[in-house]
Amino acid sequence: MPPRLGTLAFALALLILAATPFYGGNYIVHTATVVAMYAALAYSWNFIGGFTGYPSLSTAAFFGIGCYVGAIAQRHGLSLVPAWTAATVAVALFGAVLGAIILRLRGHYFAIGSFAVVEVCRLVSSSWDGVTGGGDGLNVPLLQWRPDTIASFFHFVMMTILLVVIAVTILIQRSRLGFGLRYIQQNEDAAQMVGVDATLYKVIAYTLSALFCGTIGAVYASWTGYIDPTESFQVVMTVKVPVLALLGGAGTIAGPFIGAAAFVILEEIFWVNFTDWNQAILGAVIVVLIFFLPNGLLRIDYHRFLRQSQLGTAGRLNA
Amino acid sequence: MADFLQIFANGLVLGALYACIALGFSLVWGVLNVINMLHGSLIILGGYLTVSAWQQLGVNPILLLPGVAVLLFAFGYVTQAVFINKVVTAPVLTTLTLTFGLDMILYNWMTVYFTATPRRVTLNLGTVEFGPVFMPVDRLVGMGLALLLTGLLYFVMRRSKIGRAIVAVRMDRDAAALMGIRANSIYSMTYGIGALMAGAAGAIFAMIFPITTNLAGTFLGRAFVVCVIGGLGSVPGALLGGVVLGLVESFAGNLLGPQQALTAGFVLMLLLLVVKPTGLVGISGYE
Repeated sequence: MPPRLGTLAFALALLILAATPFYGGNYIVHTATVVAMYAALAYSWNFIGGFTGYPSLSTAAFFGIGCYVGAIAQRHGLSLVPAWTAATVAVALFGAVLGAIILRLRGHYFAIGSFAVVEVCRLVSSSWDGVTGGGDGLNVPLLQWRPDTIASFFHFVMMTILLVVIAVTILIQRSRLGFGLRYIQQNEDAAQMVGVDATLYKVIAYTLSALFCGTIGAVYASWTGYIDPTESFQVVMTVKVPVLALLGGAGTIAGPFIGAAAFVILEEIFWVNFTDWNQAILGAVIVVLIFFLPNGLLRIDYHRFLRQSQLGTAGRLNA
Repeated sequence: MADFLQIFANGLVLGALYACIALGFSLVWGVLNVINMLHGSLIILGGYLTVSAWQQLGVNPILLLPGVAVLLFAFGYVTQAVFINKVVTAPVLTTLTLTFGLDMILYNWMTVYFTATPRRVTLNLGTVEFGPVFMPVDRLVGMGLALLLTGLLYFVMRRSKIGRAIVAVRMDRDAAALMGIRANSIYSMTYGIGALMAGAAGAIFAMIFPITTNLAGTFLGRAFVVCVIGGLGSVPGALLGGVVLGLVESFAGNLLGPQQALTAGFVLMLLLLVVKPTGLVGISGYE
């Protein structure tokens, strides 16, 4: 597709998603909200995983901390927007501090370190009864509006977050920062040699990837009205979000959105039709993705594909 | 003092088991450079196979161990040969995601086929007393088996032809290929041994504690922690890491409450990652 046409199609798809409350029922709006949420999470991951190429598995930690900070703030009487802001700021700080510590690790060690953070958060939240309610979880004050008003409201909020994240992604891709991050992905030592402050850039990317997850977590908590440790810090989410970005095409503008939309719709279909086996089917989707779409839906080169499938293209994504 | 000795002894027994859990994971990571997200489910699979064979055939579970080991080896070999070998040189995120996808399939199958009810083998061997320390005999048997397996793997890696071939491929894949070693088949063999160790560890665990699919993640997490604490790529590293984690969990569980045992392990791991990412023993390649 020519670039102009691609941008147009992308904008149109976003418009269709944004307009669901005007033409769809509650189920459609709900699904659209979930798509927007996962797409925004995938864009967040993209800052560190796509641009910088660091295999971060800490998305669920940021999301979960966002859930808890937002929920606790609301329980202390803050209204929605201040609570969400508090969660965003808290998670951004957490991401910056954590990033400064664990971004010194590379490859496998970084992956495992960032993964362990999710587990520690989950364990702490389930044992710190006084603040987090422990394994019982927390109830969040619900909005006293009509159900479909609430549904469209949260759809609107998630959609706004998604658009903001996409805007930030575009800005970064065109900026010096984005250039530096891609340089780090290709060769970190060389980047450092020519004067890219790799540590600073990575911490910025990591903080960006944390920040929006915090907002999304807090909004999610207000949306569902109840959170608990296993729901907030899901191991599955921590792998699913990178998979969404990979499915669409990591490091691209439209990729995470396409990946999230495709995955959530597939997931809905599987949930409805194969309740017992939905996890296995998603696993199979992941396996197929790795083998047949190593660079994502967007980067399929149909011309080359017709001539001959090239070996080893899986290696291009991240180090 | 008596309490201290008891906690210490419990920690040592746990430590031997943790070493056994982590060995297969460490081998796959160290040689194939793959973070094997399937590891936890393979442990559970070994445990479930042992429990169901014991229930249906009534055979002593220790005699079942070789059978379970062979089955898991075959499963691992095929998994590596069919799936993972295709992308084994890809970056960590690709292989990790692939094994995660495979894990979702295996996990789902186990929950449907075996159900998630916790179950264990009951040996009823009684308890022995060493002065102030009480120790159930089945735990001692488990510890003995775990150490035996650990020793066996050490021996295989050092002395056997296959072990030397694995080390050669680990050092330099291309040079090993030039020496006539089939790298892909060695990779499959290595992954098979990793799965075998996981399955055997699961079988041993099932003789001591009830197991359920829900524990797969916990086992995987412990394998991470042991590898990072001890240092990757050596049997002594995994053994030391296992014992340290066993002792830490045992003491933290006693002093801070059982909830905190796991947290203590993870926090220790994160600290070590930052301070000394090579682990206590250092990274090596099973030389």
